[in-house]
Amino acid sequence: MPEAATAPLTEDPRDPRPPRKLYRSSDGRWLGGVARGLAGHLGLPVIWVRLVFVGLFMADGLGALLYAAFWFFVPLGVGGVGAERPPVLTSEVSADGRRRLVTRRPDRGQVLALLLMVIMSMIFVQNVNLTGNTKAYVVPTILVGAGVALVWRQADNARRARWVEVGRRRRTLNLARAAAGVLLVGAGVTGIFVTQGATEHLGSILQAALAVLVGVALLAGPYLIRMTQDLSEERLMRIRAQERAEVAAHVHDSVLHTLTLIQRNADSPAEVRRLARAQERDLRAWLYKPAAAENPQEPETVAEAVKRSAAEVEDKHGVPLEVVVVGDCPLDEKLAAQMQAAREAMVNAAKYGGEGGPVQVYAEVEGDEVFVSVRDRGPGFDLDAIPADRMGVRESIIGRMERNGGTARLRAVPDGGTEVELTMKRAEKSA
Amino acid sequence: MTEHTEETAPAPGRHVRVVLVDDHRMFRTGVQAEIGRTEETGVEVVGEAADVDQAVTVITATRPEVVLLDVHLPGGGGVEVLRRSAPLMADADNPVRFLALSVSDAAEDVIGVIRGGARGYVTKTITGTDLVDSIFRVQEGDAVFSPRLAGFVLDAFASTDAPPVDEDLDRLTQREREVLRLIARGYAYKEIAKQLFISVKTVESHVSAVLRKLQLSNRHELTRWATARRLV
Repeated sequence: MPEAATAPLTEDPRDPRPPRKLYRSSDGRWLGGVARGLAGHLGLPVIWVRLVFVGLFMADGLGALLYAAFWFFVPLGVGGVGAERPPVLTSEVSADGRRRLVTRRPDRGQVLALLLMVIMSMIFVQNVNLTGNTKAYVVPTILVGAGVALVWRQADNARRARWVEVGRRRRTLNLARAAAGVLLVGAGVTGIFVTQGATEHLGSILQAALAVLVGVALLAGPYLIRMTQDLSEERLMRIRAQERAEVAAHVHDSVLHTLTLIQRNADSPAEVRRLARAQERDLRAWLYKPAAAENPQEPETVAEAVKRSAAEVEDKHGVPLEVVVVGDCPLDEKLAAQMQAAREAMVNAAKYGGEGGPVQVYAEVEGDEVFVSVRDRGPGFDLDAIPADRMGVRESIIGRMERNGGTARLRAVPDGGTEVELTMKRAEKSA
Repeated sequence: MTEHTEETAPAPGRHVRVVLVDDHRMFRTGVQAEIGRTEETGVEVVGEAADVDQAVTVITATRPEVVLLDVHLPGGGGVEVLRRSAPLMADADNPVRFLALSVSDAAEDVIGVIRGGARGYVTKTITGTDLVDSIFRVQEGDAVFSPRLAGFVLDAFASTDAPPVDEDLDRLTQREREVLRLIARGYAYKEIAKQLFISVKTVESHVSAVLRKLQLSNRHELTRWATARRLV
């Protein structure tokens, strides 16, 4: 048993709790430690308490019932009286911290007490049964009770400690458990003392059935709780395993595939770079934006559109494009035109300026304005020096922007490279 | 480009002691090969670590000037290293400075280490010369923003509906925004200075101011934003 199982038990009595709390005594006990614990609690000599129990036992077996109830419901702990009682708690914890091993070992007194109890209860049952038909359910009730007690005692300490914890946190559960116990005991007592003389069979059958049902519930309860706990734990593990399998599948499918391609194309740096970039992008999209990774349809926002265009240009021309997007908004007709112009600018940058390093793409949505800048570090570019019949830049970038009410600015960056700045107002701010 | 090579040419006597913290051995080897040629780059790699505990031990033992810190690390991540190295960062005479180096695209990771006290953040796609340049900049106490980090910061400070808790901290000035925007567009400091008709020193002080605001800003939206952004 792991240490977690014994920890609650060994910790419990150490807590600075009220000293007058009733515990069954775990040392020097004869049977369940009830008498000793009670004596410690009440501050009386043990022998008095034992005598009282024996006396009550003579009164139609009330003592036995009381004793059983105490045994069942009162937790084991430190308490009781007697010269032989060790002064501190730790001394009664065995080397491995398990108290049960030490205290459960039966000694002569205990065996004697048990024998005595069995004999007395037999006499008791004989006495009771003189009245006849009650015998039919007294014996089963006693059997069920004994079985419940047995199972309850055998549920391991960790679990019981956890129940106690749960009970502390949730008052209703605690109350329900107490109520169930009281009900059971009450039903048993009334069953024995009230319907003893009654000839009504139905009542006794109902009672016996109820007792059996409750008994079964109590018997099965611990195992049901354990099973649901184990089940939920297992489900969690299964979800994790599934997630891991999914990651593995993806890595296997695409990354290993790409790595193989890279090995085959080791002689062609451009191809290697292209493959690596494409794979990196794919993996990032998959890792950081699981939802966006699987929508192949048209982009619906500025950020998506810019990223999509950049990815496509990158794949096609083998030039890395670094994309930074600030803010986002849905695409409208004018913005779609701006995105097309931006894409054209990216293609130009990749084609003519890709040698000097990555192409920098920056998009920002601020208020009702969308700004896109595409910047390369190529040899530079002079619009005026381009023949008038070359319509690429003029038409597809500048013309397109102006037709839609935006502006485009091309300029040569002094220290090399070209920058295209595209500004467009959003059609409706409401969207 | 010419600007960059000019900046990163190792000035005589320029020297910085660096510790590499990354759980991928291959990556450490690669970085070491790229920047570790001390006589050329001026960078001396004095230690390496693969997890949080190792990192704290190595950093304490070697007292480097700059730590290249991966964001994802076994044992709590880069943030944990920063937390446990806080006394070393605060040392006025010989402070240890951290430069976050990551493949991560997740904004909360990046913002996390910056708020933890890192002096900058660069992505692992950075070239060797740019990395050396960044290391020296961090050593001199300057802040280093990659275009992506600049984008994250602009996003964080722009998209807030709630009123700022501290007016001074929770707002970027017009100039700071302009500088950040240019960084996000891929400009080098010198290019930014030229564009805005200010000195490189002024650009540096703007960037440092932004970093300070980012680290001290007590707006809790920053974290919420970073988390929400993952879902966009």
